[in-house]
Amino acid sequence: MTRTAAVPTRPAARRRPTPTETARLLPASGGPTYREHLDRVGPLPAAGPGLIQEVLESGLRGRGGAGFPTGRKMVAVRGRRGPAVVVANGTEGEPLSAKDRVLLARNPHLVLDGLVAVGAALRGDRIIIAVERARQDTVAALRHALVERPDHGPVIELVQTPSRYIAGQETALVRWINGGEARPVFGNRIYERGVAGRPTLVDNVETLAHVGLIARFGAGWFRLIGPPAEPGSMLVTVTGGVDRPGVYEVPIGSSLTQLLGQVGARRVQALLVGGYFGTWVGGERIAAVPLSAEGLATVGSRPGCGVIVALPDDVCAWAEVATVAEFYSAHSAGQCGPCVFGLEDIARAVRGVLAGDPEAEAAARHWTAMVKGRGACHLPDGAAGFVESALDVFGGEIADHRLGRCQRPHHGYLPSPAPGDWR
Amino acid sequence: MSRFRLVLDPTACDGHGVCAELLPEGIALDDWGFPIIAAGIADDHLPHARRAVSACPALALRMVRTDRHGGP
Ligand SMILES: Cc1cc2nc3c(=O)[nH]c(=O)nc-3n(C[C@H](O)[C@H](O)[C@H](O)COP(=O)(O)O)c2cc1C
Ligand code: SF4
Ligand code: SF4
Repeated sequence: MTRTAAVPTRPAARRRPTPTETARLLPASGGPTYREHLDRVGPLPAAGPGLIQEVLESGLRGRGGAGFPTGRKMVAVRGRRGPAVVVANGTEGEPLSAKDRVLLARNPHLVLDGLVAVGAALRGDRIIIAVERARQDTVAALRHALVERPDHGPVIELVQTPSRYIAGQETALVRWINGGEARPVFGNRIYERGVAGRPTLVDNVETLAHVGLIARFGAGWFRLIGPPAEPGSMLVTVTGGVDRPGVYEVPIGSSLTQLLGQVGARRVQALLVGGYFGTWVGGERIAAVPLSAEGLATVGSRPGCGVIVALPDDVCAWAEVATVAEFYSAHSAGQCGPCVFGLEDIARAVRGVLAGDPEAEAAARHWTAMVKGRGACHLPDGAAGFVESALDVFGGEIADHRLGRCQRPHHGYLPSPAPGDWR
Repeated sequence: MSRFRLVLDPTACDGHGVCAELLPEGIALDDWGFPIIAAGIADDHLPHARRAVSACPALALRMVRTDRHGGP
């Protein structure tokens, strides 16, 4: 590996990343072309099985939501028979997330490098990048990037997915690539039998961009920022009641308060951390919390896909929560009874809270407990976690609604995009 | 420790509830009529569990050993 030849020994070329810079994925300067990419970070060294060890040592965790160690996923696929398939997941179904498409617009070749490197390390015979069909600007940018790459590189397939929250879940994505509907498959161990029946690795596009750098600069360089248990930088999409919403790259473990200051958050009532799959954190609990899995665990949350919504204190929280509960119900893949009926009942209970129904809170808790762990995928768990955290954080507001005292308007910080077709 | 447990494929199950009738000790039905599976099956109930597996019209139930790698 290139570990010994890592950054510290390179001449301090002006635009090469230095170990202290946090602008690793979103370059401070230069555009998205292959030439500019090479100017920034140099060519991708030939990757082999040694990359797996390097990624293990780097401590990189997946940036698609679950935060599983990427090296361990590579090991699981390597241990299987037959040529592997590697899929870059750029479907980005989280309604407010923009980090994956911003990354693909600004630094597509770093993602493709990571994909190529992982493919080489696993001796993959197919490598694929998947993005949502509705995002034709991203599709066009990727097409452009793909033709720019050198001819001797492997062929990279571009797959377009339907606009469904669930389409980015890995078994649904594999099923779609195999020609089926983009719905999850129960108990499908894709690392054994995934795309075309081959051992398959699905990694988020941001995860792969980090691999593109680890393959060049090594695990030691990667660990220079972030806490030892969760090294590196991460992309966050910050939105809601903030003056400068957008996608930021921050070291893991950095201060949430500082980030909120940087984006100009106004009078925060609560934060939604991790997007719709995430949880609410009350405004008064934010101060002490670093942006890391370890830090957020102390307030029952986790970074997830890096979406952070700052909800100002002058809007109705329950109206926002109700929109997301409807979103979940509308986006069920319709395959599992507890998901289909449970998410509908949860949405109804949350509407009840909003309407001041005194029975609604207990009903919501009853149904969130009932759906957990009962689907073929984690969609019901996401819905339950989101609503339970709202019940915990916005308890005072439940009383306001019951007593008809909530005067705050529904702002609509949390949208509910309608599900697209399955095909 | 029970050596077996039931695994339900929730995408196949259509909530007939036959399984819960045959194995009330290990399968409860939720508010919508879909089975909630207990963690393990006591040895005494194994014959009933087998009957539930074969009676499921949707082929949604499977029995797996807990002392071997098997379940999803
Ligand atoms: C409902 C649902 C939606 C998901 N959507 C996405 C998505 O849009 N993008 C993504 O990278 N991962 C998504 N995931 C996670 C993937 O299943 C998978 O874990 C991830 O792509 C693995 O990449 P990572 O290890 O790099 O995080 C979703 C999971 C669930 C349960
Ligand atoms: S849990 Fe819901 S979203 Fe997931 S596969 Fe089942 S029906 Fe589809
Ligand atoms: S018998 Fe089969 S289909 Fe009916 S509830 Fe039980 S598992 Fe589901």
